[in-house]
Amino acid sequence: MEEDKIKIRKFLSRFFRKRELQDDEDIFSLGFVNSLFAMQLVMFIEKEFGIHVDNTDMDLKNFSSINSINQLIQGKRVA
Amino acid sequence: MRIELTREQMEHQEKFREFVTDEIAEGAGQFDREEKIPGEVIKKISEKGYLGSMISREYGGMGWDSITIGLLNEEFGKACSSVRSILTVHGMVALAIQRWGSDEQKDYWLPRMAKGEVIGAFGLTEPQVGSDAKSVETTAIKADGKYILNGTKKWITMGQIADLFLIFAQCEGKVTAFLVPRDAPGLMIKPLGGLVGMRASMTAELKMEDCSIDEVNIIGKIGTGLSHVALSSLDYGRYTVACGCIGIAQACLEQSIRYSRERIQFGQPIRKYQSIQKMITEMVVNTEAARLLCQKAGYLRDIGDPDSIMQVWTAKYFASIMVNKVANDAVQIHGANGCSREYPIERYMRDARIAEIIEGTTQMHEILISSNAFRNY
Repeated sequence: MEEDKIKIRKFLSRFFRKRELQDDEDIFSLGFVNSLFAMQLVMFIEKEFGIHVDNTDMDLKNFSSINSINQLIQGKRVA
Repeated sequence: MRIELTREQMEHQEKFREFVTDEIAEGAGQFDREEKIPGEVIKKISEKGYLGSMISREYGGMGWDSITIGLLNEEFGKACSSVRSILTVHGMVALAIQRWGSDEQKDYWLPRMAKGEVIGAFGLTEPQVGSDAKSVETTAIKADGKYILNGTKKWITMGQIADLFLIFAQCEGKVTAFLVPRDAPGLMIKPLGGLVGMRASMTAELKMEDCSIDEVNIIGKIGTGLSHVALSSLDYGRYTVACGCIGIAQACLEQSIRYSRERIQFGQPIRKYQSIQKMITEMVVNTEAARLLCQKAGYLRDIGDPDSIMQVWTAKYFASIMVNKVANDAVQIHGANGCSREYPIERYMRDARIAEIIEGTTQMHEILISSNAFRNY
């Protein structure tokens, strides 16, 4: 699980280079990301963790922090 | 690293060429003049399964990889950009449903779209809203198990014949995507004509006055219309437009070479002149460069790489600018003949112009590509 967080943090660091992201920090409220970010994040999650993000997951809360992304991944794995 | 088509991709490419030569190329000039694609041409495209090229096999589509889809769009683009545009807008709607639709939406619409029984069109642009998509003025309000839409969409490619529209509207103050069937009460469709290029793309204005659709016609969730639905559709749209540009450029190149061999001035074919050779050289190199950018984009799309999104922006930016230069040079090589309807060159030039506008203007590409570069380096 901690390994997954490291991967998520590494991907997000491309967008938040000058900031050390906290696990529970709301990444959408920081203002660093552009309109393409949401789809790039979805593609990263799908490719890196081998899961499929579908319309039932389309809640921004699922993608708003390292913790929430990690929870989404763990939940999809269990399902 | 290997940069080569697979045997299967080459076989597809050959079949696309045969089909386009037999069914599209000859009529392209007429389609342009009449600003219409005959129904029988669309029927033949459907019968070949090309309208299902981007839909997975599970729903009766071809499930082709992005490289094969790129080849399809290049070959179509070489003959007729207007006909090619149906592959883009139909695919954008189909992929929105496939990616973000409910199981019921997928089961109902995708098999019909794969067969070409239902044609899709993408409804984002409005009279007052182009690049600034988040500011769409069309509204959607939920009432009694329905969504009621009000607003106007403009320049909707294939709007004159589409059966199903993917409409973006403000719902609870957030951009949201909806499926609007052609027969929805309150939807009025007005044909638009007189475009500079892609004249047979059968564009339309859509007016929605208390247009009522079932609440199950929402795609995705409220507020995900741009960030997820439109963005993934436009990614495919940009990729296919870029590949179509390569087709136009290739057609310009081949016709310019032929013309340069045959045209005699000052006692020799004009291909003997260095100024012509320079233009041909630039056409060859720029067309090939665009093709490689598109192939890289296609490859990244197929492996689901997040960097594919920026690669598609890069490919479309280069290809759409490139094709305008190539088409301009093709007109120059053809001289007065290049300005006449007797040759297809003037149509290629007009069609090329549209490519720098649709699926994101050149200027929007410059904003996104440069901001990505400033972030990365």
